[in-house]
Amino acid sequence: MGRRTALFDRHRALGATTVDFGGWDMPLHYGSQIAEHHAVRRAAGVFDVSHMGVVDVDGARSREFLERLLANDVTRLTAPGRALYGCMLNEAGGIIDDLLAYRLEASAFRIVVNAGRREADLAWIRRHAAEFGVSVVEREDLAMLAVQGPEARALTAKLLPPAHAPEALALAPFHARPFDDWYVSRTGYTGEDGFEVMLPTARAVDLFEALRAAGAVPCGLGARDTLRLEAGLNLYGNDMDEETDPFESALGWTVAMRPVTRRFIGRDALEAIERRGSARKLVGLLLVDRGVLRRHQTVTAPGVGVGEITSGGFSPTLERSIAFARVPAATGAEVEVDVRGRALRARVVKPPFVRNGQPLVS
Amino acid sequence: MSNVPAELEYTEAHEWIRRLPDGTAEVGITDHAQHALGDIVYVELPEVGRTVSAGDACAVVESVKSASDVYSPVSGEVIARNAALETTPESINQDPYGAGWMMRVRLAPGGGDAKTLSATAYTDLLSKESD
Repeated sequence: MGRRTALFDRHRALGATTVDFGGWDMPLHYGSQIAEHHAVRRAAGVFDVSHMGVVDVDGARSREFLERLLANDVTRLTAPGRALYGCMLNEAGGIIDDLLAYRLEASAFRIVVNAGRREADLAWIRRHAAEFGVSVVEREDLAMLAVQGPEARALTAKLLPPAHAPEALALAPFHARPFDDWYVSRTGYTGEDGFEVMLPTARAVDLFEALRAAGAVPCGLGARDTLRLEAGLNLYGNDMDEETDPFESALGWTVAMRPVTRRFIGRDALEAIERRGSARKLVGLLLVDRGVLRRHQTVTAPGVGVGEITSGGFSPTLERSIAFARVPAATGAEVEVDVRGRALRARVVKPPFVRNGQPLVS
Repeated sequence: MSNVPAELEYTEAHEWIRRLPDGTAEVGITDHAQHALGDIVYVELPEVGRTVSAGDACAVVESVKSASDVYSPVSGEVIARNAALETTPESINQDPYGAGWMMRVRLAPGGGDAKTLSATAYTDLLSKESD
């Protein structure tokens, strides 16, 4: 038996099929993964993401510490309530985890990490925090719900005290603020607008039920996976890990190489990789023939070499199969994928495939 | 609880067989199978005219989760396939014993079918699997 969130009994009562994810028993779907996917693209869905790790870093040198720890630059978080996405790297430039960092106060930050990486992350964070004299506290007292979709923000704001609703609706993307014991952030992992709400675990069931009553459809990790794939968002452990660097994971945009004086962990390795150029790249694939692309299938770039699908599946919005693949850097516009012994044709595209309900590829 | 119509035969691999009076049989996957697979998004069916032997992998069903082979429970010649599944694979989820049928086989005279189960025996199998 895995770990369970405060909402586990609710998921079971709603008929969820559960699955192990990073050591947690989580809902895979509540009946139809595709219906849940469409609910998020067209209206609103609610996900229990309480399995994710929430870590607060506090202390006079906390900004300096995170400048060293993260490949993206937290000095960009110029005011409390700002958030950014980035990677935590090892010395070789390999990705230990991808995460969101929030500035809570002048000298306090919050980072949200993947469930399956909590222990590795915490060990690494604590090891490097020591010399900066900052405190590192895992917030196991918090649950987190993601409310996503074109109607998600309006529906969530109605559950706040009336005085707070306009303030919540005024939050810009990648901005957050506390409302009583909620911490509301305009972020997500679906390619749709929405909020992520962190709140005391004891209050999670009430919020989940209120969101359901307001029309948000409960969604499982199955829909979360197809939504993030359509949105062009990587999944740790599939699309990147400690053996891959951000440049070959389509995450170069999250690495702040300037200012050159910021000596973040992994920087030396990335500078060397930049000089010689990456041998591989992570691309999007759109299947031309009929079939379904899956993780680990072999991709052949004619005359160039071979690669592998890192995430693949059926896109409910496009009604065809899509994937991410790590392929030789010189790969062109078309590839072949070995799908159960058949060589199927796929087009190389730049993700995202879908954003705000609209297909971006055809 | 899975739907297990009394008039059909079943296999341990969760296919169903509907024997028709003209010596043919329709084949599909059971309600239990479709539920375990989740939303079905792609189906690959055998060509009409192909000769199948019981136990042959003759079709592929891909769901949001995974790809699964479907093994022919009977031996004979494929005389029809449910081409509608190419555009509406979800029929298998919605109506596994009706609109979700997969192929129709003219049974070989010599038999050679897989071991089949009655509805009662199949229901027992499902209750054991869920223990």
